[in-house]
Amino acid sequence: MRTYLDFEKPVAELEARIEELRALAASGEAVAIAEDVARLEAKSELALSELYENLTPWQKTQVARHPQRPHFSDYIAKLFDEFTPLAGDRKFGDDQAIIGGFARFAGQSVCVIGHEKGSTTEARITHNFGMARPEGYRKAVRLMELADRFEVPVVTLVDTAGAYPGIDAEERGQAEAIARSTDAGLALGVPNVSVIIGEGGSGGAIAIATANKVLMLEHSIYSVISPEGAASILWRDTTKAQEAATNMKITAQDLLKFGVVDEIIAEPAGGAHRHPDATISATGKAIQTALAGFNDLSREQVRSLRAEKFLAIGRNL
Amino acid sequence: MNWISNVGPKIRSFLGRREVPENLWIKCPETGQLVFHKDVEANQWVIPGSNYHMRMGASARMKSTFDNETWLDIAVPGVAADPLKFRDEKKYADRIRDARAKTGAQDAVKLGYGKLEGVPVVVAVQDFDFMGGSLGMAAGEAVIKGLETAVEKKSPFILFVASGGARMQEGILSLMQMPRTTVAVQRLRMAKKPYIVVLTNPTTGGVTASYAMLGDVQIAEPGALIGFAGPRVIEQTIREKLPAGFQRAEYLRDHGMVDIVVHRHEMRKTLARLCRLMTKVPAAEPPALVAPARA
Repeated sequence: MRTYLDFEKPVAELEARIEELRALAASGEAVAIAEDVARLEAKSELALSELYENLTPWQKTQVARHPQRPHFSDYIAKLFDEFTPLAGDRKFGDDQAIIGGFARFAGQSVCVIGHEKGSTTEARITHNFGMARPEGYRKAVRLMELADRFEVPVVTLVDTAGAYPGIDAEERGQAEAIARSTDAGLALGVPNVSVIIGEGGSGGAIAIATANKVLMLEHSIYSVISPEGAASILWRDTTKAQEAATNMKITAQDLLKFGVVDEIIAEPAGGAHRHPDATISATGKAIQTALAGFNDLSREQVRSLRAEKFLAIGRNL
Repeated sequence: MNWISNVGPKIRSFLGRREVPENLWIKCPETGQLVFHKDVEANQWVIPGSNYHMRMGASARMKSTFDNETWLDIAVPGVAADPLKFRDEKKYADRIRDARAKTGAQDAVKLGYGKLEGVPVVVAVQDFDFMGGSLGMAAGEAVIKGLETAVEKKSPFILFVASGGARMQEGILSLMQMPRTTVAVQRLRMAKKPYIVVLTNPTTGGVTASYAMLGDVQIAEPGALIGFAGPRVIEQTIREKLPAGFQRAEYLRDHGMVDIVVHRHEMRKTLARLCRLMTKVPAAEPPALVAPARA
C-alpha cells in the first residue's frame, strides 16, 4: 500500500485508475487494456516528474519525512557488507536512535554511523523516531575514535527530526554530548563523508555531520529548526510552517548555493520512497567517489581541509 | 500614578541617553522584593538579600573582569548581512537594526583583551540583550576571533555566555556556527591554553550544544538556566511538570556537567586563580617569606 502525500493527489488518481484497469483484466473480463494502461502510465509518469521537479520547500519537507523513504537500515542492507553493529556508550547505556559499527563498503573497511527512524510502529518506538539521547551521541564519539585509531574512514547517514528533548536527556547532558560528537567528527584524521538522507534536524544532525564531504539527497532537508518549530517561535503561529520552510532555505539546492553541502545526489522522479534501490545505489556511488578524493592525503591534511572548509562557510556570501 | 513616573523622565534626561534605568526600582524575580536600581548596579547586578543574579550587560561584565576596568576592544570581523533575506512577522534586517539601536552593539558577542590579576586574557561576552544573545554568523565569527586571538597571544580564553541558542533568522548558516566555533576551540586546545566558560542565565540551544559546553573548565553562575532544549519545549514533549531546580546551575553541577557554581562576587578571583594555576603563573601574592634562621 503506497502512502500518497497531499500534493500527489493527481498522481494518486491516475495510479488508482491504472490499478482498476489491471484488476479488471485480471478478473478475466475481455477488455483490451494494454493501450489504456500505457497511456495512463505515461501520463502519470509525466505528472510525477513535473511535480518532483517543482517541489516547494514544504513539499520537500513532506518527502524527506515520508514513512516509506529509505532509512539507515535500508542503506546498510544494500550498500554495506559484514555490518557489525557495536552498541553502547560505555557510560550509561545504548541508544538505538543512532546505530553504528564497522562494515565493508566497496571492499574497504569503514565505520558507518547513522540515525534510524524505524519503519514499523514497533521499530519507531525502539529507535525513538531517530531522536537520539546523549548515549547515542556518546556512542557515535566512541565509534569515531575507534575508526580514527584503526585508520578506517567514517560514513554517516543523517536522518533525524532533532535530538530528543526530554528530562532524562537533559539530566545526562544532551548539550554536552552533541558538542563532543561535533568535536569528534572535526578531529578525525581519517576522512569522513556524511549524507543527509532525509531530515537534517538541527544540533541532532550536525553532531554527526561534521564531515570532509557533506552530501545531500535531492529532496532531503537540513535546517536549524523544524519549519513547525520556527513557525511557533518566530510567527507564534503553527500554521505558518510552510512559510517558515520557504524562508529558512532548507532545501538541498539552497544549501549547495550557501556552500553548506558539497554535492546533491539526484533522486529518481517521484522520490527515494518510490525508487529506493536506485536512490541507494546512487548514494553508494557518491560516497565512494567522495571517499576516493582523500586517498593520498595525510591525517593532518584531512583534518585541516575539513576545518578550513567549515571555517569558509558563509565568508563569501 | 505614583511619584516615580513623574520623577523618572527628569532623572532620565539628567543622566543622559544610555545606562538609564527604565525604572528606579528593580523587582527581584525570585522574591518580589523591590530594590533600588543603583544598589543592584553597585552590587554587580546581584540583588542584595536574595542573591538573585540579574543579567549583566557586556560592558559591565568586562569592567567587572579586567584589572582597573581596563581592556582593549578586539575588533569583530564583519559578516554578510541577512543572507537569507529573511522575514517572519518582521524583516530580519529591521530586527537587527532595532537591536543595534537598543544596545549600541553591532551584534551579540563583544571581545576584549586585558589583564586579570596581572595575567593577560582574552574575554568574550555573549550578551542576551542583543536578540537573546542568539548565535548567528556575527557571533560565530566573534567567538572564532576571540579564540584565535587567545592562540596568537598565548593567553587563556574566558567566555561569559548567555544565549537562547541559534539565530533562526539566519537558518542553516546559524547552525554552521556550531562546527565553525568548534574548529576554533580545537585550535586553542592544540595551543594548550585554557578555555574557561562561564555559563550565565540563560544559556540554551545550539550555543550550549557547541562551544559553550566545550570549556576545559565549566563555571556557572548561581541559579542560571542551562540546557539544550528549553523548559517549555520539554514540557510540551513529555506533557508533565518539570522537577524543581531542573536545568539550573546547581542541577548541572550535581549531574556532572559543570565544575563550579560561582557567585558573581567571587568570579574575578576564581577566574584569575584558575588562569594562574592552569598556565603555571606564580601566585598573585606570594606568601610572605619567612626569614631564614641564622645561626
